[in-house]
Amino acid sequence: MSTAITSQSSGPSSGSPEHPPEAALATSAANRAVGVRTLRPAIGLGVLALVSLIVFALNASGQRVDFRFSNDGGAIRLPDVSVPSAPYGWVVTIVLAALAVYAAVQARKLPRWAVIVAGFFFVTGFLVWIVGTAQTPSISITALLAGSVALATPLVFGSLGGLLCERSGVVNIAIEAQLLFGAFSAAVAGTVAGNPWVGLLAAMLGAVLVAAVLALFAIRYRVNQVIVGVVLNVLVSGLTGFLFATVLEPNAASFNAPDRLPHVRIPVLAEIPVVGPVLFDQSVIGYIMYLAVIVVWFALYRTRWGLRTRAVGEHPKAADTLGVSVNALRVRNVLLGGAVAGLGGAFYTLVSVSAFTRDMTAGAGYIALAALIFGRWNPVGALLASLLFGFASNLESILSFLGTPVPSQFLAMLPYVVTILAVAGLVGRSRGPAASGEPYTKE
Amino acid sequence: MQLKLTDVTKKFGDFTANNRVNLTVEPHQIHCLLGENGAGKSTLMNVLYGLYEPTSGTIEIDGAPVSFSGPGDAMAAGIGMVHQHFMLIPVFTVAENVALGHENTRGMSLDLETTRARIREISERYGFAVDPDAVVEDLPVGVQQRVEIIKALVRDAKVLILDEPTAVLTPRETDELLEIMRQLRDNGTSIVFISHKLREVRAVSDVITVIRRGEVVGQVGPETSTDELAALMVGRDVSLTVAKDTAHTTGTALEVRGLTVVGDNGVVLLDDVEFDVAPGEILAVAGVQGNGQTELTQALVGLEEQVSGSARLDGQELVGLRTREILASGVGFVPEDRSTDGLVGTFTVAENLVLDRYREREFAAGPSLRLGAISGHAGSEVNEYDIRTGSVDSPVATLSGGNQQKVVIARELGRPLKLFVASQPTRGVDVGSIEFIHKRIVAERDKGTAVLIVSTELDEIYALADRIAVFFHGRLMGIVGPDTPREALGRMMAGEPTDSVLPPAPWDHSHDDGGSPAGAPAGGSTAAPATAPAHAGGAAAVTLDGDGLDPGAHPADRTTDRPEGNRTA
Repeated sequence: MSTAITSQSSGPSSGSPEHPPEAALATSAANRAVGVRTLRPAIGLGVLALVSLIVFALNASGQRVDFRFSNDGGAIRLPDVSVPSAPYGWVVTIVLAALAVYAAVQARKLPRWAVIVAGFFFVTGFLVWIVGTAQTPSISITALLAGSVALATPLVFGSLGGLLCERSGVVNIAIEAQLLFGAFSAAVAGTVAGNPWVGLLAAMLGAVLVAAVLALFAIRYRVNQVIVGVVLNVLVSGLTGFLFATVLEPNAASFNAPDRLPHVRIPVLAEIPVVGPVLFDQSVIGYIMYLAVIVVWFALYRTRWGLRTRAVGEHPKAADTLGVSVNALRVRNVLLGGAVAGLGGAFYTLVSVSAFTRDMTAGAGYIALAALIFGRWNPVGALLASLLFGFASNLESILSFLGTPVPSQFLAMLPYVVTILAVAGLVGRSRGPAASGEPYTKE
Repeated sequence: MQLKLTDVTKKFGDFTANNRVNLTVEPHQIHCLLGENGAGKSTLMNVLYGLYEPTSGTIEIDGAPVSFSGPGDAMAAGIGMVHQHFMLIPVFTVAENVALGHENTRGMSLDLETTRARIREISERYGFAVDPDAVVEDLPVGVQQRVEIIKALVRDAKVLILDEPTAVLTPRETDELLEIMRQLRDNGTSIVFISHKLREVRAVSDVITVIRRGEVVGQVGPETSTDELAALMVGRDVSLTVAKDTAHTTGTALEVRGLTVVGDNGVVLLDDVEFDVAPGEILAVAGVQGNGQTELTQALVGLEEQVSGSARLDGQELVGLRTREILASGVGFVPEDRSTDGLVGTFTVAENLVLDRYREREFAAGPSLRLGAISGHAGSEVNEYDIRTGSVDSPVATLSGGNQQKVVIARELGRPLKLFVASQPTRGVDVGSIEFIHKRIVAERDKGTAVLIVSTELDEIYALADRIAVFFHGRLMGIVGPDTPREALGRMMAGEPTDSVLPPAPWDHSHDDGGSPAGAPAGGSTAAPATAPAHAGGAAAVTLDGDGLDPGAHPADRTTDRPEGNRTA
């Protein structure tokens, strides 16, 4: 390949010796490639088919499962869908088994359509089975999805905040701390000022404070970024826990009772079945979330700032030799990331519950980190991954509400199981920013 | 524009990297900075480019003193630099790389279209053939280097610093680069060319400044002979050739058949390779970095995962054995990157010398190490191999590159061997150590060990080889005699098959207006059958005193006056 290109170069450069034309022909061949034979997809699908056989087909309850697509009061009604659980379990098993056989014959990486088909059938099979075991085998898809978006909101902000850090080369394990401190600040400032908008601003500032500590140690003093992050998480958990017990709890009315941010229902659009209530009947923070994803995406891929941020995260020295100030850019991005994560924190105390409680983020920061990796350091990917985790969490609460015999502890594990499967490379290995986690120093 | 450095000194702690350096780069000039690895050339240029602050001294541009606090300042002043290790972001496109730090914007958004147009314009003017939308990591290194040059030109560089630009290039790419440099000079860009390769320096420079241990030791013209330049550079007379007798070989030690290595992504990195190495013979593997040589050496010592085919050493199959078993069967291995694969930097010299032997009786008693024996062993090896270290208990990372490499060589040659595999045995090593290491390798050959050397430096190939195997895209292009002309090897390294490069019979050389070096017997250029190791001692009798084997002795202008145009088959 190289000489195919270089040999053309002798043409325009007058005065340089002519290369024989056959050189380009002889060198155009690149390395031979062979398909890597692998049975891994076949084995994976086989296991899924087996799970489906044993659980979804043989252990089905025999009830019919109703999926409701419309709210009772909606202007447009869609018909409900009713699925018999045992036959559907068999359908899922047969589809997965067929795909496993196909994968075994092909013996290479699964095509995308096969992954989508297998995913769709396994997830719906699981849904039909588990709702079928409940006392009331009826589930509202709208509620399921709307709840998913709500639960995903702090995750989206957390992973966008992490993305801003990591894309510029700073690992941010402290998303959890930023969410928690954001929630705390929002509650206190919102109550004291008597205005949730002040709380929202305070949430951003609080999380920026955490980010500033991260930036100081990770960039200025080049401490291991993972360790700084973990220490910050523990520190903020302890600090907010202490202040909660000593100040907030005894004086809840004056410090821990913020007003909620307004809920906005966009007239016409919210009437669209399923999609309407999910997307257009949101808290203010929900709309800010959509905006944030778009803005971060545009900024990252379409602006000078984004180009420099990505360059600094990939190869800081190269950026430096082009006059980009690496560490200054990193500090700015870490602080900006903190502000974004803080918005996610505000969701807890200004939207979800209007009071701060000890460790109320409950590990969401770590899930946001997983969403960031699963979403391949891309804002849209992070959004989709967060929605998946939000879906898993919401399913858990809806199922315990429906009264399924599966122990609630197992259901509570669901989001984390999904997380670990996702991050373990369910959809292939993702490549992060090359210089993430490496402090930059001039020699 | 004229660039003048006066009394520039740069110190790192107690270490003086540059001492009172004076240098003037005139307009329309290719000014070469010649010096060994570690002589302080790159430091000086990093000072000039604003990456380092000089400890003292002044930099003047057209008579006005300037000071740079960062590369941005240097670029604004018209200085561009192509670094030895490319400063390109692999996942970015060419346009993104060129735009970075110098972006055009349209309102909020980035305007890459202007940059693309500039790239096309420069690319056309110099015949670069660079696609602005290609992703850099997919481009061959030669093209990546052009992207670097474009980066400087887009920023209107008047002085272009090229730091060891030919280290990664094929001979042909090198020639093309030298031609580009001349064109740039003729268009008014002055060039500072940093190199330690005498041949190129003499071919292209207008002025040569020689630097040794951070000081300017002389300024000479390109007509200076290679030997004089080498002596100036090293500070004493050096012999650029290795004294070595004809190999006397019988039989076969290493027999490689159908050896294939497949990478993770299904790319065949080493493709059905077949060759033999005789006892007492050096087979040198030539090729541009990344054409399967690394995989070959790693497959031989059991470091590759997906290997098929066979490699027999004295009848014993190596493929499938674990690395420890392979080493125990008499294979010595010098990996290409000593700092990551050859040594443990924080371990002492003594510990590094027994890394693969610590469990031998001599050095271990049950589960515990015999520290006295290890230390004594280190003492004698340090003497024998002239390893310059304060103590055998110093961490090996504190040694210079040449001495670190000697530690690796000492360890690997310290055992009785049947096969010695060395990848880039003298990369980043000073000339004195190169001489020494080459002598030890030849001595090992003369003990009857089969030797396989992988090198991207043709000078090294010529210095050591009894036969030369050329690799391209994982395939063995052919095995040729040690007196094959440099230009022919270069074409094989770029993928031309042996028979199109080398005429089958000596009389075909009549077509050749000087391509084969004077004094080299034409018959020796005949392609040797891959499976005839005895050939090395026979038809292609090696005489190392001929001009053709002294890399420095090529007439400098040969690079511009290549005879290949007449070779059209």
